[in-house]
Amino acid sequence: MGSRRKETREVREVRSLSEVSGERSGIGGDQGGQASTVPEASTLGMKIEGLSAYYGSFKAVTDVSMEIRPNKVTALIGPSGCGKSTFIRCLNRMHEVIPNARTEGEVLLGDQDIYAKGTDPVTIRRRIGMVFQKPNPFSKSIYENVAWGARINGYKGDMDELVERSLKRAALWDEVKDKLKKSGFDLSGGQQQRLVIARTLAVEPEVILMDEPASALDPVSTQKIEDTMQDLKERYTVVIVTHNMQQAARISDYTGFFYIENMGDPGRLWEFDETTKIFSSPSRKETEDYVTGRFG
Amino acid sequence: MAVDAEHTQSSEAGLWHRDSRSRHFRERAVKIVLAACAYASVLTTFGIVFVLIFETMAFFREVSIVEFFTSTRWAASFANPSFGIIVLAAGTLLTTAIAIAVALPVGLLAAIFLSEYASPRLRRWLKPALEILAGVPTIVYGYFALTFVTPLLRATIFPEMAIFNALSAGLVMGVMIIPTIASVSEDAIYAVPRSLREGAYALGATKRETATRVVVPAALSGIVAATILGISRAIGETMIVAVAAGNLAQLTANPLQPVQTMTAFIVQVASGDTATGTTVYNTIFAVGSTLFVMTLILNIISYMFVRRFREAY
Repeated sequence: MGSRRKETREVREVRSLSEVSGERSGIGGDQGGQASTVPEASTLGMKIEGLSAYYGSFKAVTDVSMEIRPNKVTALIGPSGCGKSTFIRCLNRMHEVIPNARTEGEVLLGDQDIYAKGTDPVTIRRRIGMVFQKPNPFSKSIYENVAWGARINGYKGDMDELVERSLKRAALWDEVKDKLKKSGFDLSGGQQQRLVIARTLAVEPEVILMDEPASALDPVSTQKIEDTMQDLKERYTVVIVTHNMQQAARISDYTGFFYIENMGDPGRLWEFDETTKIFSSPSRKETEDYVTGRFG
Repeated sequence: MAVDAEHTQSSEAGLWHRDSRSRHFRERAVKIVLAACAYASVLTTFGIVFVLIFETMAFFREVSIVEFFTSTRWAASFANPSFGIIVLAAGTLLTTAIAIAVALPVGLLAAIFLSEYASPRLRRWLKPALEILAGVPTIVYGYFALTFVTPLLRATIFPEMAIFNALSAGLVMGVMIIPTIASVSEDAIYAVPRSLREGAYALGATKRETATRVVVPAALSGIVAATILGISRAIGETMIVAVAAGNLAQLTANPLQPVQTMTAFIVQVASGDTATGTTVYNTIFAVGSTLFVMTLILNIISYMFVRRFREAY
């Protein structure tokens, strides 16, 4: 569980890199300026105000408001079908990729509303990365899997170095450094998932969303991903959906409990607090029942 | 209670009579009929191959195999005959190359549009509409090439073009195989799982980047299979080239000139008054064998490619 500290020099390098790529991707002058005036607080948090999500006329999530703190891990737990995955997909505008899906409400990254009119979802998704439940490497080499995202976003730096650094941070480098030209499909499920994490890190996002990243993996791979997450929060803001309550308790700083009271209702955020509080003395009975394993 | 339950059960069991012997017979009969159909098609193929080989051997008893593959003159029914398959193969190659040059880009882009850009409603009627194009009889395409495309090209870009030429035939053949390439590629592209597209979107990829650089490479094996299927159809296509390409066996790379393809030659001989058993008559089997081997090799390449590069996603 001990978090491995990175050398400060490397951190500084990374910061300046992310500033450069941030400016290059054309997010807007104010963002680049913000990062350079307040370099220490370059990791942004998120704020969600009254968010509802729909699939056509079906309302899957209703009226969620919460704050996601920078450089912390926020876990989202709750029984199946209560809208956790739908909610997390709203945080980087992935929800609207599904035909007829739409959202209401505000989602702020720093102080920018990512749903504001004229905001390009492509730019948002580069800044808020996402790791999915099932590993989804591209049908490319391991190297290209990591390099591709950076390349399409116009990264002009040393690609070899970026690939190595991203793979190291995802704790995969030692296992793949001799076969970077091999297909991403040649890796095991757990390695594929870490490859996907490396790929996400390579575009230098500010927030990383993880939708049950370890649910398809064996315990050893899960352990490796959890270790990685402890390192990640030093640089990024992390949000993770998990079915595994022990996992939420182990890795997260804040926990949100999603719940549906009656069948057919939309899911809502039932309780949100520090993880220790949710797991030791939750304020609502349903939360306590869930975290103590009485249902779900 | 227990006795009651048992009683009910046994009395119900009495209602369930099934003649196990006739059932057994029927099951076997069905299996035999199904197997007979399966074997019949395989046996027919073997029969055809056997006839091809037999007649081809008769041909090569009269004509040297070296001449067949090296001569650059094809004059099968002349007084001083010469049998250089290269001439006919070049005709086939030329028309096929033109056809693929048309059909591959158009078909692939159409497939990308249908799978990635078209709304589900548009896709639902546009794809069948495209596939109907494949149902137009090829003789119609042939006359379309001869009576519309050639005059149009002569009036606009190529006034020096021959009435019968490789270009018109190739272009129209390309149009003919667009539906094949588009439809088979579209199936492959559409089958790429949504999770791969979402992975690309999550990195900040645009729709175009996702479609062309993640989805299409993932569907590569299917697209190659579609292309090879298209090439096979172009090589085997007969009516369009017989009608529009000119039946003049000359070795040329100029698409404005008439050419004769292997298939067109077979039609010419088979529909003419050539006596069976003559050398010219046997020629069509030699040409047919060549055609068969070429298509077979393409199919094997396609099969190997699909197996080698099929992605597990």
